[in-house]
Amino acid sequence: MTRQKILVLYLANSALDAPTIAWAVYDGTGKTLHMAGDSEEVPYPTGLAALKDGWRLFQASQLNPHARGEEFDIAYLKYEFWFEQLVEVTP
Amino acid sequence: MSQAPPLLSSPQMARFVARGFLRFDAVVPDEINAQFMAEAGEVAEPKPGERLMKTYGQTLAANAIPEVSAGTPLSQTYPPGSAIARLLDLPLVRGALQSLLGDDPVFDHHFLHITFPPAYHAASGGESVSQHTHQDSTIDPRQAFDVQVMYYPHKVTRPMGGTRFIPGTHLRKVSEVALGRYQNIRGQQHMVCEAGTLLFLHHGIWHGGGVNLSDRTRYMFKIRMRASGSQVRRWDVEPIEPRAPQRPIFYVKTPSDPESVAAILMTPEPWFEQDTGRLEFVNRVKLWRYLSGDPAFDADYWMTRLGGGA
Repeated sequence: MTRQKILVLYLANSALDAPTIAWAVYDGTGKTLHMAGDSEEVPYPTGLAALKDGWRLFQASQLNPHARGEEFDIAYLKYEFWFEQLVEVTP
Repeated sequence: MSQAPPLLSSPQMARFVARGFLRFDAVVPDEINAQFMAEAGEVAEPKPGERLMKTYGQTLAANAIPEVSAGTPLSQTYPPGSAIARLLDLPLVRGALQSLLGDDPVFDHHFLHITFPPAYHAASGGESVSQHTHQDSTIDPRQAFDVQVMYYPHKVTRPMGGTRFIPGTHLRKVSEVALGRYQNIRGQQHMVCEAGTLLFLHHGIWHGGGVNLSDRTRYMFKIRMRASGSQVRRWDVEPIEPRAPQRPIFYVKTPSDPESVAAILMTPEPWFEQDTGRLEFVNRVKLWRYLSGDPAFDADYWMTRLGGGA
């Protein structure tokens, strides 16, 4: 059977080859446990580097126009890319 | 009335505006740290099958830290002679709070954050994990800001976790732990420090408790407070007058003074996105305008270019 490993990269702009500024890893195999603050080293310098290492991109954040009057409001990280690997596990 | 405390300098205030925190290492005397630890009380040894929150609740109920209503004047919050009353009376603390909040701050809430070693989680059937990164309270659209003082009464090593925070995130308007999926952000800091260290935080800074993988229980005491009056020009403002002229931008041959307000406000964080990093600069200028009472202040022409009042 397979389990999903998830990698989320936050990049410096909407291009997949832009530098990584934040990241998260969730391991559905249960072999590793990742959590907030557990790493200081970016897993991949760019999204493209993750693709080259076999991660499959399945979602990218949209580019939305700024609402009038709210052009300077900033909230969540904008350039979010979700990757997966399907890993065979033994029951 | 005790002597007037030393106020923050303009570079310190600019750093607070830009990065959302000021850190002072080992500034609380050992005697107060020891008194605080005695008042905070010991945590009972882990018991198999006992819920961790029960152990936590018993510790909070039994200690000498008072239960205080929100809205109490800060000066009336702690019994005279108690560790926190003595801490708040330190000249550095009085000066920082006066600079950031003005006279007579108002108490919001406090909490004794206890982060347990793995043995406690194992005994209660839980897992040792860090706290999700979050912004305290709820969406807060104000320009005014509250201050949260984080007090580390004992030495914190990296295995003990420490508070994790991300400098420069405080101007983002987010909804508490909605950002919990961000596990690691470039530039994040972990509070590894000596006993008696203080962090003064803008209420909006993203932070979370680090997992404690040591064999020692970790304590951190947090107090949130707000201004009761004006926050405008409450620090040692003299060095910013008269306002410095605009410095050359983009095509620059001469480095500017790194201690100038403009240079501090225009220093990016490692996690800045390339476009919204510029919005961070705009919002820093807006916050400096609010604090300095100078509606025409600008740094690197960001607001002037937009007509001045964006």
